[in-house]
Amino acid sequence: MISIKNLSKVFKTKDQTVNAVDDVSIDIPKGEIFGVIGYSGAGKSTFIRLINRLEDPSEGEIILDDQDIAALRKEPLRKKRQKIGMIFQHFNLLWSRTVFENIAFPLEIAGVPKRDRDEKVQELIDLVGLKGRENSYPSQLSGGQKQRVGIARALANDPTVLLCDEATSALDPETTDDILDLLVSINEKLNLTIILITHEMHVIQKVCHRVAVMEQGQVVEQGEVLNVFVKPQSKTTKRFVQQLSPLEHQIDRLDEFITDDQQSEVVKLHFIGNNAKRALISEVSKQLDVAINILQGSISPTQEGAYGTLYVEIKGEPTVIQEAIQYIEASGVEVEVLKHV
Amino acid sequence: MFNDIFPNVQMDQMWVATYETFYMTIISIIATFIFGIILGLLLYLTDRGNLWANSTLNGITASVVNIFRAIPFIILILLLIPFTDFLMGTIRGPNAALPALIIGAAPFYARLVEIALKEVDKGVIEAAQAMGAKAHTIIFKVLLPESMPALISGITVTAIALISYTAMAGVIGAGGLGDLAYMQGFQRRNFDVVFLCTVFIVVIVFIFQFLGDWSSRKVDHR
Repeated sequence: MISIKNLSKVFKTKDQTVNAVDDVSIDIPKGEIFGVIGYSGAGKSTFIRLINRLEDPSEGEIILDDQDIAALRKEPLRKKRQKIGMIFQHFNLLWSRTVFENIAFPLEIAGVPKRDRDEKVQELIDLVGLKGRENSYPSQLSGGQKQRVGIARALANDPTVLLCDEATSALDPETTDDILDLLVSINEKLNLTIILITHEMHVIQKVCHRVAVMEQGQVVEQGEVLNVFVKPQSKTTKRFVQQLSPLEHQIDRLDEFITDDQQSEVVKLHFIGNNAKRALISEVSKQLDVAINILQGSISPTQEGAYGTLYVEIKGEPTVIQEAIQYIEASGVEVEVLKHV
Repeated sequence: MFNDIFPNVQMDQMWVATYETFYMTIISIIATFIFGIILGLLLYLTDRGNLWANSTLNGITASVVNIFRAIPFIILILLLIPFTDFLMGTIRGPNAALPALIIGAAPFYARLVEIALKEVDKGVIEAAQAMGAKAHTIIFKVLLPESMPALISGITVTAIALISYTAMAGVIGAGGLGDLAYMQGFQRRNFDVVFLCTVFIVVIVFIFQFLGDWSSRKVDHR
């Protein structure tokens, strides 16, 4: 369990002060993958660096395993850091060391004897899928493989939390997915708490249980990923959610279907969780005397269940259309009737 | 044949001088490497934003380095005569040249070390800090290994400067090929001796350059 209370970081320069992180409070239970999303300059990078004190907080508490990291002195902080793994956007591997030696480095720092070290490194190499590359140098690896080394290195001292600082931002989409899959499997296998920051909603959607949206140093919204997706409150969140459903950008293509005709309504349906898997449309058209014309739709899987959007045109008598909408709403799917703006 | 071209050259003298040049060069390279790295680390670590940021200490180190780098080598030798006499008990021969060689070269190399350390990726240092590394772990397991190719090419450049310094030291009686070229060659108008000494020095420079390039490449896995 990590409990962050009123965390702030103020950068002071000669002529200005910047509140990079401004009164952030977040609780993260053990075993959760918690995402922080924001545009560049939102303070998310500073936020994650405050957690292991790469930046010193100006105010606030970071309670990890009943210890306030923010208040630790130099030596206990050093020990504590050995139990906080971190991976980086640019991997930050030592080019002078092989894969094996890179992963052994944190164990050397922690003073683990050579024999135990070798055993642990071998275990980690298997875990991240780098068997056979032990003696390669980082320069001989692809970006994805480098990040695997980074992950193995971060896990070496059995940390209680893993911090991911834009860990997939330097990777191509396919490799990003591989690395995210690896993070999820590690989370499940080791019940490891993961805090990741990103500017890609896709990453949040794919791996996170809960998310916080940051803007100008403040958390403007936080909650279950699915809820934030379906009912984004703030403007920033809405923009992020739109990144994921390209349909949101193409509303104008529906224009010709949206008419003043009483016999036709265009509606947007939100499917959440298990509802996304129901054959709702055929149910409605069987039960009621309406014709349903599917215009466009998409479905996005998240860690907590699927989330889908479907645009349909319902044709029929106005009263029957209302009945159909009520039927759909009663089944737990959200309905939004689209009108001309 | 050889005696026709080099009538005044005595090969036994040549070998002794070559040995002395190697001796002075190698000892001073080793000492310069050690002192240069210590000074370079001090310059780097005490710099703003680094591990031991301390502007006073940085200022003092930088001044010392700059002063010794500014003194022309031939003058440094003369200035150091009392110190050399005190330290080595003599002001003649290869050993007497060592203090001046090391004091002349170490500050120069220290600046090269500082540049090499500045090239080390800040992210890697940060990663080591995030792992809970101690300062000495960061120095010996991150900073020095990660800058090794530049440290080696830096000591190669310094070594070649040192070889020419040993020749200069020869003028005031340090021994070696410079001494031989000046005393036996130039002073007695035996230009064949000067010429052969030059050839030997050039060969020595090539050997050091080759060794430096080779080992710098060897440790570079970037």
